[in-house]
Amino acid sequence: MNSRPVGQLDNMSIESNADSPRDTQRTLVVVPGEDLGSSEGIEAGHGVLVVGDRIISTKQGKMRRKGNTISVSPLHTRYMPRPGDLVIGHIEGCTNNIWFVDIGAPFNSILPMSLGPAKVEFGGTRKILDIGDSILCRVQEVEETHQSVVTMKGMGLRKIRSGALDELDPHLLGKLIGKGGAFLREMKMETDCRIVVADNGRLWIDGELENILEVRERINSISSEARKIGVDA
Amino acid sequence: MGGYGDVQMIDENGLRMDGRKPGDLRPISIETGVIPVADGSCRMVWGTNEAIVAVYGPMEAHPRKIQRQDRAVIDVAYNMAPFSTTDRIRPGFNRRSREISKVTKDALESVVLLELYPRSKIRVSIEIVSAEAGTRCVGLTAASVALADAGIPMTDMVISVASGKVNDVVVCDLNKEEDNYGEADLPMGILPNTGELVFLQMDGDLSPDEFKQAWDYNVDAAMEVHKLMIDALKGGDN
Repeated sequence: MNSRPVGQLDNMSIESNADSPRDTQRTLVVVPGEDLGSSEGIEAGHGVLVVGDRIISTKQGKMRRKGNTISVSPLHTRYMPRPGDLVIGHIEGCTNNIWFVDIGAPFNSILPMSLGPAKVEFGGTRKILDIGDSILCRVQEVEETHQSVVTMKGMGLRKIRSGALDELDPHLLGKLIGKGGAFLREMKMETDCRIVVADNGRLWIDGELENILEVRERINSISSEARKIGVDA
Repeated sequence: MGGYGDVQMIDENGLRMDGRKPGDLRPISIETGVIPVADGSCRMVWGTNEAIVAVYGPMEAHPRKIQRQDRAVIDVAYNMAPFSTTDRIRPGFNRRSREISKVTKDALESVVLLELYPRSKIRVSIEIVSAEAGTRCVGLTAASVALADAGIPMTDMVISVASGKVNDVVVCDLNKEEDNYGEADLPMGILPNTGELVFLQMDGDLSPDEFKQAWDYNVDAAMEVHKLMIDALKGGDN
């Protein structure tokens, strides 16, 4: 019935040596399905697929090239846990020996009794951390099925008892922290607040009430500004 | 269909009731990030159709019986607002919205890389705020923009366009009168880069030649819409 291919590969840049948009020095925003050129001698990183001998973007985001690896970092995304991430979690439930922790990922994490903040008797989990408590913890391991385990054994990992919590989209953390932590350091100095930025986009802000409010205002402005397309993380 | 043969919808110059040529699309505008709390969202205005789509996820699939151990599931809810047409629509799901939810889900499942998110769910809510004709096409196209906005990995975006037959003339992108009093309707879902077809329905009768003409109109229109989608997602950055 169909006399010609349904799709025309008109964005394959056939006329311009077939390797753009990769050849340009700018970071480009790409969309799913966009052709990123030939895969010859190129490693596929995050957010791209090799289809035949071409590299195809699978996400909307900024294309980056590091060495001969091409990847696409999305403009908006959900937090996906990785081992070693510092996260702020909320206790959502518990059994006799396990806490279930919401870390903002697609799946709840578990915090086993053995990795808890203090020595716990079997059945005494709620005495140490109750439902609704917030904790600063670290992702210990992530399975293929997205099941993850967090730990509170480590420097600075604790139950959060004071201050305020705020949230920022995980892809905007880079903007908050700045190059080498410059923005964050500046904000800490100016507001005289203690700010802990967790990898899942949650922030723990501790200090005087007015100062906390000021930090939150700044974070909100980053958030609303970034809704405009094209703001780099 | 075709019971209103005396209604003249193509004039002597070959123009349609709204002044378009047979192969023309209605004006389209696409906007992303319209719902701040959603992971991805899109508002698409297509003629006088308007769809708002929100995407949430990937998240844990509930109830657990719908979880798949090797892949994610997509939960599509298509709904027309009671005020979206001149006749009030009874709120809630009905046979039509269930059918459209299902075909939209099937079309989207063929592009989203579901195996990357086992046991999870991606929720797509399509709300039609204003309906004229071809809302399933608007909903599906807007859903793929919203999925891209949510950072969900996809091999391509689905673009859905409908063509049909009116007064024995094949026309692209039917409006309300053409849809109601026309002789056929052929909505298609096309992947612009790979050239695959992921969704096809037909209402009414078309001869092989008319079918081919409608097909060609849909493909050409899909390429036009694809450009607008790219513009919306890139925000004029490139």
